[in-house]
Amino acid sequence: MDPSDDHLTTQGLEAEGRGRLLLIACGALAHEILALKRLNGWDHMDLQCLPAKLHLYPDQITDEVEKSVLAHRHDYDRIFVVYADCGTGGLLQAKCAELGVDMVAGPHCYAFYEGLDSFAAHEDEISAFYLTDFLVRQFDAFVWKPMGLDRHPQLRDMIFGNYTKLVYQAQTDDPALRAKAEDCAARLGLAYEYRFTGYGDLKVSLEIQAARH
Amino acid sequence: MSDQDDDIILADLDDDELVQQMFDDLYDGLKEEIEESVHILLERGWAPYRILTEALVGGMTIVGKDFRDGILFVPEVLLAANAMKGGMAILKPLLAETGAPRVGKMVIGTVKGDIHDIGKNLVGMMMEGAGFEVVDLGINNAVEKYLEALEAEQPDILGMSALLTTTMPYMKVVIDTLVEQGKRDEYIVLVGGAPLNEEFGKAIGADAYCRDAAVAVETAKDFMARKHNRLAAG
Repeated sequence: MDPSDDHLTTQGLEAEGRGRLLLIACGALAHEILALKRLNGWDHMDLQCLPAKLHLYPDQITDEVEKSVLAHRHDYDRIFVVYADCGTGGLLQAKCAELGVDMVAGPHCYAFYEGLDSFAAHEDEISAFYLTDFLVRQFDAFVWKPMGLDRHPQLRDMIFGNYTKLVYQAQTDDPALRAKAEDCAARLGLAYEYRFTGYGDLKVSLEIQAARH
Repeated sequence: MSDQDDDIILADLDDDELVQQMFDDLYDGLKEEIEESVHILLERGWAPYRILTEALVGGMTIVGKDFRDGILFVPEVLLAANAMKGGMAILKPLLAETGAPRVGKMVIGTVKGDIHDIGKNLVGMMMEGAGFEVVDLGINNAVEKYLEALEAEQPDILGMSALLTTTMPYMKVVIDTLVEQGKRDEYIVLVGGAPLNEEFGKAIGADAYCRDAAVAVETAKDFMARKHNRLAAG
């Protein structure tokens, strides 16, 4: 059974200790990676997730990934880091190179879910705020509460005043999540756009890694 | 139940107590209380510049330190900034009239492709509080916009901000253009934003990376002092 969203947000996911390839990933990607793993029968792949809440403190991501790599590198043939740059300003890429492990390309998960080229082609989207399936489900934990909007609703326009629309990048076709995403947009005072992405470049990246074994 | 009996009457506090209370009110983001206290101090004959530096900047410095130490978070800092903005709005016209000292001038803006301005706005406000004249270009600024503003405003400092890994390289475009035009040495270039770091600042040719608004103010003051020393040395 997949771990709960709350657990992935605050605790992450411990590796099972089986397999030759370890994926060290953001907890926000756990459901999608586990789904791909099941779908493709990638039994040689194990998954360790860091708490998704690191998304709120990008300056901590590089150190946490490094700790995880060092803690597990002797237990697997190879490690693949399933983070994009994620606001680390290139530091994660540099650390992964130093540690000799590969990582997903791109600036963040919004880009690789949609496909790096397609995402980059949206030149008119600088004022878009993105949510994925996980972030729609965890909207209160990742957006509403950390931004203080539950306690200080008057901050909404200070924080989101320059945004114009919320884009829900859907990994799965789920009417309940669509309705929730639309409600999130309304709460933030933004226009709403639905965009089905599926697993995008995440799937491609993992297929390449899986094929190397 | 009303807690009216426990309410503090700001006008009843002596000056020291009132300034301390303003520190607390800024910390708690109480804009109306800050505005009232500013008016009280003005009525008591405090110079606008003294209110700005001793009460407002003093209070925001505490907020900044606690933010850096992880005691306060973005929402609380925004509320505090909003309260300070209320006080600044009263003082700004008076500062010009009363000939408050001007430490230097800064043009600041978020780079092209980026709409994030919370950090930039905080820096701008704290720089104003420290006696700098600030010209804010807003968000999504192309290199031409920076160059126009530098030409028109002739500032001492150029400040650039970015929140995204994808937009921060644009700072180098601006700096490289300044170099090409032989204007780089005319300005102190300070950069900041969540994904930046010191190495990045050095790599793109900025004078300094500033991790937060308080550091930006201190760095700007240091560079201005060095500039004055150089000019004095002839």
